[in-house]
Amino acid sequence: MKLNRAFSRSLWVFHFNSGSCNGCDIEVVATLMPRYDPERFGVKLVGSPKHADVLVVTGPVTHDMGGRLRRVYEQMADPKVVIGMGSCQSGGVFFDSYNLDGPAEEIIPVDVYVPGCPPRPEAVIYGVVKAIAKLEGLDGGVQ
Amino acid sequence: MITLIDLLMIVVGTIFVAGFGIVAGLCIFGIDRKFAAHMQARIGPPIRQPFIDVMKLLCKDSVIPENAVPSIFNWAPVVALASSIVILLYLPLGSIMPVLGGLSGGYGDLILVMYLLTVPALAMVAGGFASGSPYATVGSQREMVTMMAYEFPLAVVIIAIAWRLSMAGMAEPFSLATIAGLTTGVPIWGVVGPVGILGCIILMVVLAWVTPAEVSRVPCDTPEAETELCGGLLVEYSGRNLAMFYLAQAVKTVAMASLAVAIFLPWNISWYVAMPAPAAVVVDFIFYLVKVVVVVFFSVSLIRVSMARFRINHLVTIYWGYLAGLGIIGLLLIMLDAFIKGGIVI
Repeated sequence: MKLNRAFSRSLWVFHFNSGSCNGCDIEVVATLMPRYDPERFGVKLVGSPKHADVLVVTGPVTHDMGGRLRRVYEQMADPKVVIGMGSCQSGGVFFDSYNLDGPAEEIIPVDVYVPGCPPRPEAVIYGVVKAIAKLEGLDGGVQ
Repeated sequence: MITLIDLLMIVVGTIFVAGFGIVAGLCIFGIDRKFAAHMQARIGPPIRQPFIDVMKLLCKDSVIPENAVPSIFNWAPVVALASSIVILLYLPLGSIMPVLGGLSGGYGDLILVMYLLTVPALAMVAGGFASGSPYATVGSQREMVTMMAYEFPLAVVIIAIAWRLSMAGMAEPFSLATIAGLTTGVPIWGVVGPVGILGCIILMVVLAWVTPAEVSRVPCDTPEAETELCGGLLVEYSGRNLAMFYLAQAVKTVAMASLAVAIFLPWNISWYVAMPAPAAVVVDFIFYLVKVVVVVFFSVSLIRVSMARFRINHLVTIYWGYLAGLGIIGLLLIMLDAFIKGGIVI
């Protein structure tokens, strides 16, 4: 896949709540506030997975959301990256719960993890920077 | 009778106007985002950000949903972009005569522009229905309602101005070359008296409020509402098709601002300062660009930053009720002005 230079300067983010407690979701919104202003790097939140380059998954994946998460991921146009946000992506308090399909990595490939419960906006921005690095070296693959 | 030279001129002019429309449209989107960011105490994206966005979209995949109608789904963005460019062909750019709308051998006037302005929206509606998603269908229905809502105030403005010009004894009052004063050197403000100036100011406000609905920006982006409809009409579009719709919106913004400039702010520097013809064209063109940016600032950026989105029924009430009422008051004032001035005065 050939990427042009424009790609890393214009990441459109789709935010998917797969059963989160809303902590991460509020931090996603806080990341977009004027204080951090990610729009100056071309990052913006879009409403449809079809428009998005980055999928931000928050929360562990409940049974109901498993299939939907996979469908949303498959609907996104290539090239795309996935950011798993919050501690739930690597265990967390709901680890091994009876009602879960597991963390997002068991359903879709997750490229960047942003730990924290919830992560601070700075951490989310750092995750996006990692995602850009991942896109730039797409064949090398920066995990 | 159209000669080969004329045809060639039109083709070359069209290519230039298409290039200008796309570049200017994207620049204006960038300037608009910068204005909005500064008003929210942010730094905002660089002015070339829309170019970057379009370049990125062009290198992305274009997903066609399973239950879409592929022919309409793929053609709608092309029609939207093409028709947006066609509008620009009928509008004067500074003191440059419109490519297709000059007084001699003109092919269309303001009425045609009014119809053409609905074509990109109709293409989006067709694309929305063809994409086979419930969100897009709801978005398409809302877009149609929005279209019906803003057409009436827009028609009132256009009819009022053209009618006043015809009462002043001008030939071809609907021609944009006449309205912009390219042939007569007299804009609408020079025709009307004090009462008419009041009426014109009211109509200008109405047109400034029609613009955000026409280019579907906040507060009139109900058909695309990202938070409730996930992008509405455009929900299923990605990659190249989305880029084309984005360009169509950019060009339409330029067209709408140019229309406002042609009707209400038609002054050219060359009317007041004597200068050689080639310099006059360049200076007037730059002045025209400044006017377009001013119009976009007041009728798109300022409104979009200071307001939240209208609900669809509020939108209809506001456009059919308040704005159309305001427009009719303006129209009545202009009629009164024509009677005071005894009709034919320049």
